[in-house]
Amino acid sequence: MFTAFLIKYAEIGIKGRNRYLFEDALVQQIKYALKKCEGQFAIHKTQGRIYVDAQTEFDFDEVVAHLKQVFGISGICPVVYVEDEGFDKLKDTIIQYIADVYPDCNQTFKVAARRARKNYPKDSMTINMDMGEAILKAYPDMKVDVHNPDIMLNIEIREKIYIYSEIIPGPGGMPVGTGGKAMLLLSGGIDSPVAGYMIAKRGVKIDAVYFHAPPYTSERAKQKVVDLARLVSRYTGPIYLHVINFTDIQLYIYEKCPHEELTIIMRRYMMRIAEHIAKENECLGLITGESIGQVASQTMSALVATNEVCELPVYRPLIGFDKQEIVEISEKIGTYETSIQPFEDCCTIFVAKHPVTKPNLNVIRRHEHNLDERIDELVQTALDTDEIIIVQ
Amino acid sequence: MEVYLDNSATTRAFPEVAELMTKLMCEDYGNSSSLHMKGVQAEQYLRYAKETLARILKVSEKEIFFTSGGTESDNMAIIGCALANSRRGNHLITTRVEHPAVMQTMRYLEDRGFRVTYLPVDDCGRILLEDLHRAMTPETILVSIMHTNNEIGTLQPIAEAGALIKKVNSNTLFHVDAVQGFGKARIYPKKMNIDLLSVSGHKIHGPKGVGFLYLGEKVKIQPIIFGGGQQQNLRSGTENVPGVAGMAKAAEILYRNFDEDIARLQQCKKHFMEGVRKIENVTINGLMSEDLNGEGTAPHIVSVSFAGVRSEVLLHALEEKGIYISAGSACSSHKPQPSATLGAIGVDKSLLESTVRFSFSVFTTMEEIDYTLQTLYDKIPMLRKYSRR
Repeated sequence: MFTAFLIKYAEIGIKGRNRYLFEDALVQQIKYALKKCEGQFAIHKTQGRIYVDAQTEFDFDEVVAHLKQVFGISGICPVVYVEDEGFDKLKDTIIQYIADVYPDCNQTFKVAARRARKNYPKDSMTINMDMGEAILKAYPDMKVDVHNPDIMLNIEIREKIYIYSEIIPGPGGMPVGTGGKAMLLLSGGIDSPVAGYMIAKRGVKIDAVYFHAPPYTSERAKQKVVDLARLVSRYTGPIYLHVINFTDIQLYIYEKCPHEELTIIMRRYMMRIAEHIAKENECLGLITGESIGQVASQTMSALVATNEVCELPVYRPLIGFDKQEIVEISEKIGTYETSIQPFEDCCTIFVAKHPVTKPNLNVIRRHEHNLDERIDELVQTALDTDEIIIVQ
Repeated sequence: MEVYLDNSATTRAFPEVAELMTKLMCEDYGNSSSLHMKGVQAEQYLRYAKETLARILKVSEKEIFFTSGGTESDNMAIIGCALANSRRGNHLITTRVEHPAVMQTMRYLEDRGFRVTYLPVDDCGRILLEDLHRAMTPETILVSIMHTNNEIGTLQPIAEAGALIKKVNSNTLFHVDAVQGFGKARIYPKKMNIDLLSVSGHKIHGPKGVGFLYLGEKVKIQPIIFGGGQQQNLRSGTENVPGVAGMAKAAEILYRNFDEDIARLQQCKKHFMEGVRKIENVTINGLMSEDLNGEGTAPHIVSVSFAGVRSEVLLHALEEKGIYISAGSACSSHKPQPSATLGAIGVDKSLLESTVRFSFSVFTTMEEIDYTLQTLYDKIPMLRKYSRR
């Protein structure tokens, strides 16, 4: 019965003169999301609204599922279009609509008419009253409640008549691409895909970097990260995934620096490399999945140490989240199952039994000088052999 | 250089096999149950396959049943026997080192009221005949023992076990999982008192998704797959004619120059083991102390523990040089828990995570072995240097 969707958007509505930029971005993102759905769709903006019209047969559930992945959408309203064939015919249509959508026919309701086409014979108030009366007559168990109705029955009189009452919640946020671009440090874990999701939700386009350490990490571990990037890209659009071979740097640090500081020093180099790629690709920040105190390298002192090497802001959207809260989001966005596949990532392979939890910045800096001889060359090689995978 | 030493996981098909199968998919693609010419042609290939396999095992072609592979053959044999004989008894015997296709099937039957004895093994992975004898009861309906261990290459005393079983209780059936043994050893069910024998196609340079079960003429089992009544009502489903013919072709080739090929394989293995022993702190698993050349184990499997090297890391390090091996057993490599076989033969806990399997095939050359040894000499010291502290 539904042949269209009215897309409600929240924050875009309050943007000023550049509002059209946000709307255009949203239209783009909707187009991208619907490309993967069966059927043809036309997307148009009219009078501050975005409509998705199905032009062919389509799978309702599939379309809703994909629209729910588009940031910027606060609500998705399935719409029925009918021709204007007089008010009596419209009454029949509405009564049938209620039977189809609310088979119990016992809720409270309110009719909210909008007469956009001013030559329609009844004005909005009259439509509300007359239609309400017709509904009460047809379904004696239903009641009017103008303050807090179960069903808000919208009737919009335009060239055609639009009927909708359901609002399926969207993900909220802002359309991807309206907020610039940032570089996500993507490991194979639970946190980093969630972090990418959360920043993308604010309209930020995402590139990603993964540190690969063959033979200590396997091709399957890399494939897992590609799979995670693909899952995140359902929300963010295509992701350029940079795969950096980190083995030689890691072994060099292992050889030259105290073992308890390995992870911290390693992470400092990861941040440096990530920032380098970020700047080359016009990213305005880095994103990590860090959360205070989760592991030794994420204590406040450790964060001071890793933060120090970057000029760009480092966005850590999960910083105040508990693990369980992060897991819940990862389940909601569908990355959890992939994240928990048991492949070793490069942060765990040489991890010390008792890594430092309160690294002293001066000590770390001093030990990093042990690397002076070859580290620049190794970092350069890693950057030169950057493998870029376009994930979509 | 590409060196594939994971032949216990799967093998490269013989070109003749691929050729034959292409023909059977593109030209002679009939359903062997069809009445017309195309069907008759397909049936001819099934007949060829049955005759070929029956000749190799010295059994009747009526005793060959095609399946989807080793796992299905094991399931069909064990569940089929248990269901058909549950009136005579509810006890089954197997070993602690079986492949999951047997092990999990036994567990399934345990959940349904059968009693299963799991025989222990010595530190070479072999069962003791006394243990088998002691485990047998008048209620024992089936004994299932693997021919060749998939992880360490141990050969079980199949003929002796067969004779013992029949001596103790002539009604007890004997199933042998020969997925790793077929094509590497001469197996004669009639002489060895084997009632059921499982074989897989892709371990013998044939295709994946096909296998067979030898089922002695007098052995009654219940089917576990129902449908159109193909294969004497015991295994319904349109026969996988290309797969079946490909498997038979592979078996035919393997048994053509059998003794020569196996002798060469033993040479490769011996040479490899000698080379590996030059590295410090290595253990070759499953060998008897008087058999350092491994002549008493499968000619194609060598299980090695490199102390201080994580098996997965070694695997990937060799992969970088084009050498493909397995960490433990391929089937269990995805799971983090260490292998049952290595545990059962008492491999030291610290070595469980450091054990890899090299498995050869008729395609393996001495040159490949030397290249692999050289790579090990280069990599092992480096990997030991950078180990977890």
